[in-house]
Amino acid sequence: MRDAPKDLYERVLKGDRRAAARLITMVENGDRDAREVLRMLHSRTGRAHIVGLTGSPGSGKSTLACRLAQGYRAAGKTVGVICVDPTSPFTGGALLGDRVRMQELAGDPEVFIRSMGSRGALGGLSVATNDVINILDAFGKDLVIVETVGAGQVEIEIVKYAHTCCVVTMPGAGDEIQAIKAGILEIGDVFVVNKADREGAQRTLADLEMMLETRPGGPGDWKPPVVATVALEGEGVDELERAIERHSAHLLESGMMAEKTEQRMKAELLGILDLMVSREAGRALEEGEGKELVRRMAERQIDPHSAAEEVVKYLLKRAGN
Amino acid sequence: MDRKIRVFLCKPGLDGHDRGVLIVGQALRDAGMEVIYSGLKQTSENLVEAAIQEDVDVLGISLLSGAHMALIPRITELLVERGAEDMLVIAGGVIPPDDAEVLVREHGVARIFGPGTNTSDIVDFLAERLK
Ligand SMILES: Nc1nc2c(ncn2[C@@H]2O[C@H](COP(=O)(O)OP(=O)(O)OP(=O)(O)O)[C@@H](O)[C@H]2O)c(=O)[nH]1
Ligand SMILES: [Mg+2]
Repeated sequence: MRDAPKDLYERVLKGDRRAAARLITMVENGDRDAREVLRMLHSRTGRAHIVGLTGSPGSGKSTLACRLAQGYRAAGKTVGVICVDPTSPFTGGALLGDRVRMQELAGDPEVFIRSMGSRGALGGLSVATNDVINILDAFGKDLVIVETVGAGQVEIEIVKYAHTCCVVTMPGAGDEIQAIKAGILEIGDVFVVNKADREGAQRTLADLEMMLETRPGGPGDWKPPVVATVALEGEGVDELERAIERHSAHLLESGMMAEKTEQRMKAELLGILDLMVSREAGRALEEGEGKELVRRMAERQIDPHSAAEEVVKYLLKRAGN
Repeated sequence: MDRKIRVFLCKPGLDGHDRGVLIVGQALRDAGMEVIYSGLKQTSENLVEAAIQEDVDVLGISLLSGAHMALIPRITELLVERGAEDMLVIAGGVIPPDDAEVLVREHGVARIFGPGTNTSDIVDFLAERLK
């Protein structure tokens, strides 16, 4: 059953959850009609505050997302949650279990939760996630939470450009902090030590604070706070909420919001261009000159870097005509 | 276009065991599907709402509590109410053959998979129906 773009657009604006859900599926499947709807919805986007939640597997991101959503709902705000879990690169399948930790949100029509497999294969995860964020934004959600496992580069890429990026860790395994060090220390606007009911929480807090002290100056002089939470019990969650609010206010007051938005737009655009250009290039290699180029590479007549330059020239020339 | 089969596996009602349903979930995942799991003890309304938000092709209901004749028709009724009757509904768990027949004949369930079902039968059934 296909829905006409115009019809979907109107239903989404009217708050039809089924229509929004269908549109998200179309985005995930790379459906061309989805692009048409997104184009129409675009003027309605730009209102939501986007919060990224990333961190080690099992650190309590989903449980925290649930608590945060409850807090914002209590303050009268509507919430969208996007949970990205890894797709198996071998089978293409995924088991998406984040909803299990968000059961308390069920039954509230103002909370929309969507689970996504990272699908990987097409390399278009960040593009798809951005599209889904835009859909939930246009759908009228005041807050959009994006949960990803902070393991892969792509997963980090997605949350990096959220307005407020929260990095979640937990006490225990000594290399936890080490893992954080590799790449995500730089991107956090707020750090969370969840499972603070567990032994070693104080040490993890102290370690984290020390590491942040030596972090190269954050954007706009923002000093990322470290918050201890027990997501299971809801402890510390209001403090986390306040930290997010403070960061959001800081973005506005310092003029950093414009810069963040620009960064996000740039990343979004580059992601789409990546897909478009590699698709075009792929096509070019299947025909005439491109095919010939590959053949010459195989014969060692031209090296890959020079061949790539030839392809770019060819694409530019074709685009100019 | 890279269409992927999405399945929502759910446990309505009060029973507290999800070993079986998780084994099915893993088999479907290994067959390349995206499987979303609800967790235990969900109301029918909430399950149907979640299935709609996740826009799944398949709603898989696992029931061991004996309440299948009350819960499954309620769920399929809600799907119709919400305009989501095109979702394929399958069920599994402890459901006697007579009840299974009624659920399939009168309540919009595509297929019931009884105890001892080979997970590959479920995979094959879904792949065939959603071709
Ligand atoms: N002791 C304790 N356990 C917690 C706390 N928060 C979450 N948990 C438990 O930790 C486990 C993982 O929680 P999730 O919320 O699923 O963690 P996650 O980071 O979303 O996990 P993935 O999405 O699988 O990476 C669950 O069993 C939770 O009940 C906490 O504050 N204290
Ligand atoms: Mg999770």
